[in-house]
Amino acid sequence: MSSSNGGYYLPAPSHWPIVGSLGMFLLLFGFASYLHGSTSLIMIAGAAIIIVMLFGWFGTVINESLAGKYNNQVDVSFRMGMAWFIFSEVMFFAAFFGALFYARMYSVPWLGGASNNVMTNELLWPTFEAIWPTNGPAAVGGEYHPMGAWGIPAINTLILLSSGVTVTWAHWGLKKDDRTQLILGLMATVALGFLFLGLQAYEYHHAYTEMNLKLSTGMYGTTFFMLTGFHGLHVTLGATMLFVILIRSMKGHFTEEHHFAFEAVAWYWHFVDVVWLGLFVFVYWLV
Amino acid sequence: MSTATTHDEHHDHGAPSGLMRWITTTNHKDIGTLYLWFAFIMLLIGGAMAMVIRAELFQPGLQVVDPHFFNTMTTMHGLIMVFGAIMPGMVGLANWQIPLMIGAPDMALPRMNNWSFWILPFAGTMLLSTLFMEGGGPAFGWTFYAPLSTTFAPASTDFFIFAVHMLGFSSIMGSINIIATVLNMRAPGMTLMKMPLFVWTWFITAFLLIAVMPVLAGAVTMMLTDRNFGTSFFSAAGGGDPVLFQHVFWFFGHPEVYIMILPAFGVISEIIPTFARKKLFGYSSMVYATASIAFLSFIVYAHHMFTTGMPVAGELYFMYATIMIAVPTAVKVFNWTATMWKGSMTFETPMLWAIAFVFLFTIGGFTGLMMGIAPADMQYHDTYFIVAHFHYVLVTGALFAMIGAFYYWMPKWSGHMVSERLGKIHFWWSVISVNVLFFPQHFIGLAGMPRRIPDYSLQFADWNMVSSLGGFAFGLAQVFFLFIIIKTIRGGKAATSQVWEGAHGLEWTVPSPAPYHTFETAPEVR
Repeated sequence: MSSSNGGYYLPAPSHWPIVGSLGMFLLLFGFASYLHGSTSLIMIAGAAIIIVMLFGWFGTVINESLAGKYNNQVDVSFRMGMAWFIFSEVMFFAAFFGALFYARMYSVPWLGGASNNVMTNELLWPTFEAIWPTNGPAAVGGEYHPMGAWGIPAINTLILLSSGVTVTWAHWGLKKDDRTQLILGLMATVALGFLFLGLQAYEYHHAYTEMNLKLSTGMYGTTFFMLTGFHGLHVTLGATMLFVILIRSMKGHFTEEHHFAFEAVAWYWHFVDVVWLGLFVFVYWLV
Repeated sequence: MSTATTHDEHHDHGAPSGLMRWITTTNHKDIGTLYLWFAFIMLLIGGAMAMVIRAELFQPGLQVVDPHFFNTMTTMHGLIMVFGAIMPGMVGLANWQIPLMIGAPDMALPRMNNWSFWILPFAGTMLLSTLFMEGGGPAFGWTFYAPLSTTFAPASTDFFIFAVHMLGFSSIMGSINIIATVLNMRAPGMTLMKMPLFVWTWFITAFLLIAVMPVLAGAVTMMLTDRNFGTSFFSAAGGGDPVLFQHVFWFFGHPEVYIMILPAFGVISEIIPTFARKKLFGYSSMVYATASIAFLSFIVYAHHMFTTGMPVAGELYFMYATIMIAVPTAVKVFNWTATMWKGSMTFETPMLWAIAFVFLFTIGGFTGLMMGIAPADMQYHDTYFIVAHFHYVLVTGALFAMIGAFYYWMPKWSGHMVSERLGKIHFWWSVISVNVLFFPQHFIGLAGMPRRIPDYSLQFADWNMVSSLGGFAFGLAQVFFLFIIIKTIRGGKAATSQVWEGAHGLEWTVPSPAPYHTFETAPEVR
């Protein structure tokens, strides 16, 4: 029964999931309380518990992996899990892209009197002209400057595309057991990821202080910051995961054949990359 | 495929016992049991709320609760039944049955399976805690349309939003697990087109869940930022649109109704062949019909919005697309009927529930067709007619299938046969009272009584009273069900491996009760 080769590995009972649930509950309950004037301590405690859980749970998985407990069938389960998780992320972004397209194709033109909405415009917002970008007929947030595409955003596009190349180069290194190439490639990717985030932070700062472009700047500010903001969060997560993979590579983890963790993070990185291309085209460029 | 299974510290020795066994378990049977109990407790809580609603509607006028609390009850009743009772109940069935039916040693990702479940009690607590907050719980209906849920909602709405986030996270992980299990853990020889239909329907449902739960998360996130951070998603003043909420919500919401009913189709497709002692008629057409329904569910959602306002071309498109769903659904009803045709049928309790499902779900399907017709829907929209419609498909549909599944598989789970006498009393009690409860709602709806209203015009008084009496009887029947469940767990006639004379499939080859670990050596499927 306990033969250690050829079988599908079933893990022993684990307390990490319940720790994760508790952390998630405290984080979100604390956040909602904080929004209504309570202390932020519950939220911080929840975040801390989640971080402990992530170290503990992934630590367990890494140890099991190093102990050779995962056969090819387990590997396939992991691959499917990661692939469908990324698909769910795609659908999450789809909701926000959908909101952007809806505003640009329907709600803004309708407020301007398009289709059969002449009276909406005449009676409610007679001075409103439907153009994109807009902060709406009530000019929510006041005068602002829209974000151009060909400064930092274009540079960021190049940065992310290059990081896709470097992570692939690192993968080639791993597959031919060239540790130097693997580690250099990962270092470059992580550096490019954080460089992207730094430039994004600079862009946000510029928007808030110089352009009066804020999250509350009508539908343009809303879609701009929500889409780029959620993307930025995903880049942060991806770059952090790449950093973990870098550390593990330096510790000598992974073999030429068996390195699912590396591949999962690489997939995630490419996903983040593709989302950015959509953002660059529809949020920055085609305005 | 696997031939043997390894265990880290063999579970049965040195494993946690007592409460910690249930909290830390990675066993699909334990987790299935947890899901089913959670769903049943939520069913009773949501049911108690329904009793409050029916008590208030027993007579015209305001007598039991104040209107805001009434609205809170309709909202929470819907949310708890959808996200707390039906969905987790179906996942519980999936956890117990899918590994048993495809000959797998467990779910593909057992630790994540535990997490999928253990998020639920926390999310449920967060959702229920809103009832005790200042300003009351959410009172905007289970569809939480903006701006009712943004500009005009109580502070507790932010807790509701995060509860929905957690429920969605749990569903997505659960679905990923089901897809990986079905694709990667089947016994040798168990080809896709040999899989039991319950496995097929859940496999397809899992794809629906992964596609739409993130969109729901997006919708509530937009609500959160509109409420707290000054965004304009649902505000026309900033260039957004409250109607956008309805689009995002129903892009999730329509597939959601198939998420709740497709696994029920699967259950019925298991029960009927067993008691008709015939193979399921048209197996492959059942698979294709399920897939077609799943596909169509994505492209019909705006039929929930006929009265919201959309271009005429949109109304026409969504009307025709909606009516098209009748085709694959009719294929299923036809196949169930044809399976029974000339079968040597017996009427044990599970079969009674399955037959009631076919009849009563079809009634709900037909009223759905009526409302799919855009010009007619202008009359039915937001009346008690729609309430009757979706309770026929969800109570006598999804819930009846789950109760049928309980009577069908409980001998395998507990090792005890369920008392046929008690089961039949439960069945007839439920099936009569549920029709007394919901059938009159068609009449008062067509006569014009709006939904989500605590008081009503005198002309609706008689049928409301009848409906309430049916409601109390149906509610009591489910307390009786609790008694049956506990009685069966504690004892009863020992079940054989096969349990039912006409049962076929891998789950009937293992002893009853099913041992803690099954199919550690994969069975051979011919």
